[in-house]
Amino acid sequence: MSSALQVSNLKKIYPNGIAALKGIDLEVAEGDFFALLGQNGAGKSTTIGIICSLINKTSGSIRIFGHDMDTAQAKAKSLIGVVPQEMNFGLFENISQILVNQAGYYGIPKHIAMKRAEVYLNEMGLWHMHDQPAFRLSGGMKRRLMIARAMINEPKLLILDEPTAGVDIELRHTLWRFLSFLNKQGTTIILTTHYLEEAEHLCKNVAIIDHGEIIENANMKSLLNRLTVQTLVFDLEIPVTHLPMLSHYRHRLIDDTTLEVELNRGQSINDLFQLLTSSHVQVHSMRNKTNRLEELFIHLVSANNKSENP
Amino acid sequence: MINRTSCYANFIALQTILRKETLRFMRIWSQTLLPPAITMSLYFLIFGKFIGSQIAHIYGYTYIQYIVPGLIMMSIMTNAYANTASSFFLTKFNKSIEEMLVSPMPNVIILLGFTFGGALRGVLVGIIVMLISFIFTHLPINHPFIMLLIAPLAAIVFSLGGVINAIYAKRFDDISFIPTFVLTPLTYLGGVFYSTQQLPSLWKTVSLCNPILAMVDTFRYGLLGVSDINIYFGFALVLALMIILFFWAWRLLCQGRGIKV
Repeated sequence: MSSALQVSNLKKIYPNGIAALKGIDLEVAEGDFFALLGQNGAGKSTTIGIICSLINKTSGSIRIFGHDMDTAQAKAKSLIGVVPQEMNFGLFENISQILVNQAGYYGIPKHIAMKRAEVYLNEMGLWHMHDQPAFRLSGGMKRRLMIARAMINEPKLLILDEPTAGVDIELRHTLWRFLSFLNKQGTTIILTTHYLEEAEHLCKNVAIIDHGEIIENANMKSLLNRLTVQTLVFDLEIPVTHLPMLSHYRHRLIDDTTLEVELNRGQSINDLFQLLTSSHVQVHSMRNKTNRLEELFIHLVSANNKSENP
Repeated sequence: MINRTSCYANFIALQTILRKETLRFMRIWSQTLLPPAITMSLYFLIFGKFIGSQIAHIYGYTYIQYIVPGLIMMSIMTNAYANTASSFFLTKFNKSIEEMLVSPMPNVIILLGFTFGGALRGVLVGIIVMLISFIFTHLPINHPFIMLLIAPLAAIVFSLGGVINAIYAKRFDDISFIPTFVLTPLTYLGGVFYSTQQLPSLWKTVSLCNPILAMVDTFRYGLLGVSDINIYFGFALVLALMIILFFWAWRLLCQGRGIKV
């Protein structure tokens, strides 16, 4: 399968001397749903900014579907759609005009742009406000507008920089469905997010960036398989007064109806349930204490920090 | 080989910026088109009618007839400059410039779009002021072709100046600094209200260094058929300034000065 994005030895040193990217290499396959994760200031937005030509790189190369960003910039850019982290449209322009103008910048004639604007504003539930100025939109609506705008050139590669930051759960789920649909239709998607359950739920591959370096780049499933231990929280049907005997499992009672058990790789959840049943512990519900990817992320980032500052 | 598809795409992109810019200044016409009309009407009334009636003819024209071309050019230049300076700075300030930067449109199209948008406002204001001047005086149009050529060229020069100012500007104050402290004095000393022939020789020489004088006088030649300077020099100067400012602005955009880190 060909590459949608190839980043080679990308470096960025800001004028204040901070090395935001220390020579990263990244490859995203065509049709992938790719998560780029990292803490604040790790270099995610700098990477996205350079790919989208919003930030000047210091060195390195970027290819979009084989087109070099330096030598075939127009072709490369025509294949990208971007949803930035911060609002970046004129608040006094009307909503459909924002989309039609964006299409115009991509060289799409007005009559086609207007049809597409209707399609994508409908998709995002904003068509009823198409003739309203953008300042009348709520925060969630503005974010949906940016997604509709990014779709106006029907990009083969859609890049979303924290698209669900600060939006309510319902909208988040709507966006997840929309992005999954787009990906199934063949659009390659790169997502940065702080909601790791979002990345786990949506993405096939993941890269973790820390201090300007890629510290992990793997398939989501294989990465999650590396998790050596996960903590399960059991809500109990009947309160217990003392800690049940669960040999081979580290566990503790949080309160009389909440039991926390650490499950190591290789230990079976079925065996644990059998043990709980034999101990007369009746489970009402069960959940992971933290998201699996989150656990792994914290582990990887803290391991990287330790290796950098031993 | 020139790619016809990309030429067409660039044409649409240019058209889009131009349409956006035009809609912007038309939407806020009470801030963009009306004020110069009122200000210039007052100039015509006070300097032309009230005071001008007591001033001797210049080159055989009444004072109001003599100052009309200068006031039209002053309106064109200040409005062209103000349009691009404020529009480009706002686009930068609210980050909507990113909409253009992520697109495949080349920097030269961004520059031309803003420049032509500003020039259009300048010329439109010039037409409004000229129509108002007809209420106050009769104007013979001696060389319409020269007039129609110098007005848009001067508008483009000032429009480019506005873009450069906006690129360097970091705060709103920065876009009013050049117009207040550089352009206004140069305009008032640029032969709008007087002929340089009336000045002592030292000041006459100093005035000839003012590029605005060349633009005003070339336009005056188009309208009234009289000028203190050689109009070929006027055109040459405007074209030279246009080329210098264009490449300056283009280079700044390509570097991402003030818009990219």
